[in-house]
Amino acid sequence: MNQQKDYFPEGDAFYASLRSRYRAAGIWQFIFLSALLAAIIALTALLYNVVDGAFGYIAYEYKKSPTEFTSTPINELTQEELLVILKDNLSAGAYKKLDTEQKMETRSQSDLLSLFMERLVRIDTKGTWSMTESLTRGAEIQAEVAEKYPKATLEFRSWLTPQFLVTPMSSRAEFAGVRTAILGSLWLVGIAILFALPIGTGAAIYLQEYAPKNWLTNIIQTNINNLAGVPSIVYGMLGLAVFVRVLETFTSGAMFGVTDSNGRTVLSAGLTMGILVLPLIIINAQEAIKAVPDSLRQAAYGVGATRWQTVWHHVLPNALPGILTGSILALSRALGETAPLIVVGASTFISLDPSSPFSKFTALPIQIYQWTTRAQSEFHAIAAGAIIVLLALLLTLNATAIMLRNRFQKRW
Amino acid sequence: MEKIYAIETSNLSIHYGNFTAVKEVAMKVEKQKITAIIGPSGCGKSTLLRAFNRMNDFVPGCHITGELLLHGQNLYGKDIDPVEVRRKIGMVFQKPNPFPKSIYDNISWGAKINGFKGNMNELVEQSLRGAALWDEVKDKLQQSAYALSGGQQQRLCIARTIAIQPEIILMDEPASALDPISTLRIEELMQELKKNYTILIVTHNMQQAARVSDYTAMMMIDDQRSGGVIEFDDTKKIFTRPGDKRTEDYVTGRFG
Repeated sequence: MNQQKDYFPEGDAFYASLRSRYRAAGIWQFIFLSALLAAIIALTALLYNVVDGAFGYIAYEYKKSPTEFTSTPINELTQEELLVILKDNLSAGAYKKLDTEQKMETRSQSDLLSLFMERLVRIDTKGTWSMTESLTRGAEIQAEVAEKYPKATLEFRSWLTPQFLVTPMSSRAEFAGVRTAILGSLWLVGIAILFALPIGTGAAIYLQEYAPKNWLTNIIQTNINNLAGVPSIVYGMLGLAVFVRVLETFTSGAMFGVTDSNGRTVLSAGLTMGILVLPLIIINAQEAIKAVPDSLRQAAYGVGATRWQTVWHHVLPNALPGILTGSILALSRALGETAPLIVVGASTFISLDPSSPFSKFTALPIQIYQWTTRAQSEFHAIAAGAIIVLLALLLTLNATAIMLRNRFQKRW
Repeated sequence: MEKIYAIETSNLSIHYGNFTAVKEVAMKVEKQKITAIIGPSGCGKSTLLRAFNRMNDFVPGCHITGELLLHGQNLYGKDIDPVEVRRKIGMVFQKPNPFPKSIYDNISWGAKINGFKGNMNELVEQSLRGAALWDEVKDKLQQSAYALSGGQQQRLCIARTIAIQPEIILMDEPASALDPISTLRIEELMQELKKNYTILIVTHNMQQAARVSDYTAMMMIDDQRSGGVIEFDDTKKIFTRPGDKRTEDYVTGRFG
């Protein structure tokens, strides 16, 4: 045994080997750090790209000068004055259409002002510039605009304004907002979670606590894992076939006396999203349930608890934080998915808020997709603004879910 | 005085699939005595103990043959619900495993789910007194059970078990994760408990078996790796005049 001692390096040889071990460790540490840096750079680039588009110079002209309608400066116009101007200058048909959407008298001053600008003054955007361009080439842009469009006004504009959040869709980028899309996305995510969370958790409890381990449950388990990786467009096809077509009487609300819609409702889309995130929720809930120590189950059984009492009083409360973590992931996924919504039939232009599960709807990703495919550069700017809104909404929803989770996570 | 037996087994074998883990056990557990099960690691002590309150039901592929009678009633009979068995035969585990709840709820939960209709405060106090824990925790019943020391947690688990008023308490190496002082307290507690309960204890610690038990079952594995009780007798006899050479070797520390 003692001769083996000679095979270990001693003294200088030992330090040499130690140095080479540290060198290898250092190289690996550097590789891991580079990986982290690469990830940070990628994320920063993404954020920069989005923010870059959402702010910047805009050069615009008025088709008609505001002075043709009123002598008062636009900022000082009151609600009554605006009402009169609109009534006098809009065609009777256009006025009536606006009035049926929402009574003109009940509209706010800012609402009327934007109608005035949109319908009568009519802004004509000549060009937009990104934030970086605007900041670095300010003078050049000014010169260029002055030369090409002598009548145009050049303004540094934030496309992301409080107004942007609360105005509905419009065909003019300058007046468009994401209100309808935000509400649509919230309905969608709400329906998806309400549908998928109970079903997914239930399925996970059954698989983990009740189902015997045999070839059948193995097949089911494998399939659930595979379903999590199925492309979302496939779920869209499923939603179209099942929710929009087969279950139309239910999803259109005909069953409940709603007559003015077809199956392409926010309910159909929400259920499709629910199916889409179901495997994600099941897998996460299973992991959470697996992580509950067996000693706890045995303790409960040991004092004469039934399986159900053990699950309900001990396994579930202890798995709940993990289950909620899964639902956060599911929520993020549902909020960002676009493809299935296109297939299921999200409206591309809709200015009416979704008011029930049977409403037509649009969602933020759909809106962003729509706007980015437009040729005019001002639509790209509002798409960037909408992306920031989507990211902010995602953060808000996730933060809410995390707060909820921490409340349940009572540490004993 | 005639002996009353709480549990009698005959020809009791426990199998995992095709493998027989414990073979043909025949033993009688006397009422209100402490019976210890000793033997080297892996000889099936815990498996045998868990058969007494049907905890092995949760192990896939585990089944038993032979008879296990509680006052003449077969615990594995068709008309017996395992929940009822565990209600009558409580269990204390190797590692203290209180519920992640308050001290009070740890005791009351078992009673509540079993439909206890009496005064819960009284039951909690009685159980904690019964487990010699009352004086230490009476001012912090609403605090987390996890704030207690390991020894206190184990006594809490004992209190939780006696709160459902079982007839028999199974203890699976209840002191193996505790320091000597906590161990001593558990052993003293067992002497108190045997006035009201029948206790079956699995232990690695031969001194402990010698100190606390009235009867001792010696287990050993045979050449097919199946465990079995090779000797079952008065503790005094097992430790002073064992009938089996293997028992003698084991209790004198010559192997195992």
